[in-house]
Amino acid sequence: MSEQAKIGDVIVAELSKAADKDRNILAVTSDSRGSASLAPYIKKHEEQLVEIGIAEQNSVTVSGGLAHSGKRPFVFAPAAFLTMRSIEQVKVDVSYSNNNVKLIGISGGNSYKDLGATHHSLQDLAITRAIPNLEVYTPADQYQAAKLIQYLAISNEPAYVRIGKVALPNIYSDTKNAFIKPGKANIVVENGTDVALVSSGETLHIAIETASLLKMQGINATVVDLVSIKPLDIELLNQLADKTNLIVTLEEHSLYGGLGSAVAEALSPRGDIKLELLVFLMNQ
Amino acid sequence: MDTKMLELKAAQMRLATWNMIYKAGTGHTGSDLSCADILVALYYTVMNQTPQTFEDQNCDHYIQSKGHAVEILYNVLADRGYFPKTDLESYSQFNSPYIGHPTNHVHGIEQNTGSLGHGLGLASGIALAGKLDHRGYHVYTLMGDGEQAEGSVWEAAMFAGNYHLDNLTAIIDHNKLQISGPITQVMNSESLTAKYEAFGFNVIEVNGNDISELVNSLKKQNHTGKPLLILANTIKGRGISFAENKAEWHHKVPSDEQYQQGVKELKTIIGGLKNE
Repeated sequence: MSEQAKIGDVIVAELSKAADKDRNILAVTSDSRGSASLAPYIKKHEEQLVEIGIAEQNSVTVSGGLAHSGKRPFVFAPAAFLTMRSIEQVKVDVSYSNNNVKLIGISGGNSYKDLGATHHSLQDLAITRAIPNLEVYTPADQYQAAKLIQYLAISNEPAYVRIGKVALPNIYSDTKNAFIKPGKANIVVENGTDVALVSSGETLHIAIETASLLKMQGINATVVDLVSIKPLDIELLNQLADKTNLIVTLEEHSLYGGLGSAVAEALSPRGDIKLELLVFLMNQ
Repeated sequence: MDTKMLELKAAQMRLATWNMIYKAGTGHTGSDLSCADILVALYYTVMNQTPQTFEDQNCDHYIQSKGHAVEILYNVLADRGYFPKTDLESYSQFNSPYIGHPTNHVHGIEQNTGSLGHGLGLASGIALAGKLDHRGYHVYTLMGDGEQAEGSVWEAAMFAGNYHLDNLTAIIDHNKLQISGPITQVMNSESLTAKYEAFGFNVIEVNGNDISELVNSLKKQNHTGKPLLILANTIKGRGISFAENKAEWHHKVPSDEQYQQGVKELKTIIGGLKNE
């Protein structure tokens, strides 16, 4: 395996493998087959592709109907449009009706950079976290993405997956423990209890690099991969809070409602934790 | 079931719905009465779905996009045996599954609706799945005419036309009134026939309060290679003289006096049909 990979490519390859075995798997796209890198999937499974055209709301609603009829639709669309333009369809036609639809938000966060704020998705985790009956994931490397898709291809739970655009370095050495189950976080660096860095997705490798820099300064960090944003590994977060002096979260998202908020909400009932909002903005 | 029996059934469903709304103090009276004949046609003679075959993927499907007309749907489902009629005594009460819009917690209801503009897309997804899997079922969805202002309706219409979903029949309960007044004044959607034809539908216009016309158009084999749109011209509040063609009855509950008068009128209709 290469040392880095684009998560979108891995998801498409893994979905194609799942489609080999299950003809009910469908890729649903709103004229986003190019940006979702679906070409290898289409080459093998053109009959398992549903093109909706530029109509993200309808892509979710039609997928609700497909899922109701036993299909396993994976909707690929830019995260910004999928989670904001289509959010009522996600709430009603996926979550509320309990239709087994998987939503793949591509080019999440600031991936689209100079294309502007219409295409940025810095609220998607806040929005999807607030929808009941919807799992939320942010895979951080190729092994984790592959294992996550293997799970999603057979699970019956509605889910949202947010991925970015650039290639991400390997964090795990294989798929085995890269994604264990919904609600399970992974400790990926265990240098000590001076500080815990909690992150996921595209920023997890930055947390790991930060832990290395801290170690050179004599500060021992633990790094936690919160791949499952919802459900959340509350048990692990509490263990961290028990034995760590400081917890810092890193994410590519608005301060409101994202991973940091999820951690703060999970730990706030303890009453023994001081929460501080310190904002560091990175310039890409 | 012959036409007279279906007409009688529709009148009885109107009376059961009128009673239910009065007792609960809530309901979309005008909308329920408007589409009673459509639901009776679908559930008593057109669709092959029954309480026993409801879970069978090969049976016909029904998605009620105009979810607010749920009281008439509940009564039709109960009468068809999807659940005991006595269940409806809990309608609109705390913890009852029989709430003011359809949910799939109720046996016989496939998808949760209420927010308008979802049914045609859901039905299109089910119809496409039927095509992909070569299943012989037909999918029906009922929309309101006020609902036609929702943009998502037209995303779904474009999709259904593009995929030639001739196993899909969309019905518009065209009573020409919405909560704020006449459709033509609130947001003019005319001509719906021209619009749906332009989106790739075969359009048939019928009297939506005439069971015979409804059954004929719903049962007719569709050889057009296009989805079917039935523009069902109806009367909002149909069956209660003082509620007919009145936008105010969209979500209005009868007073004691109105209730008694309505019961009298519906019983007269029922009596007349029984004597024919």
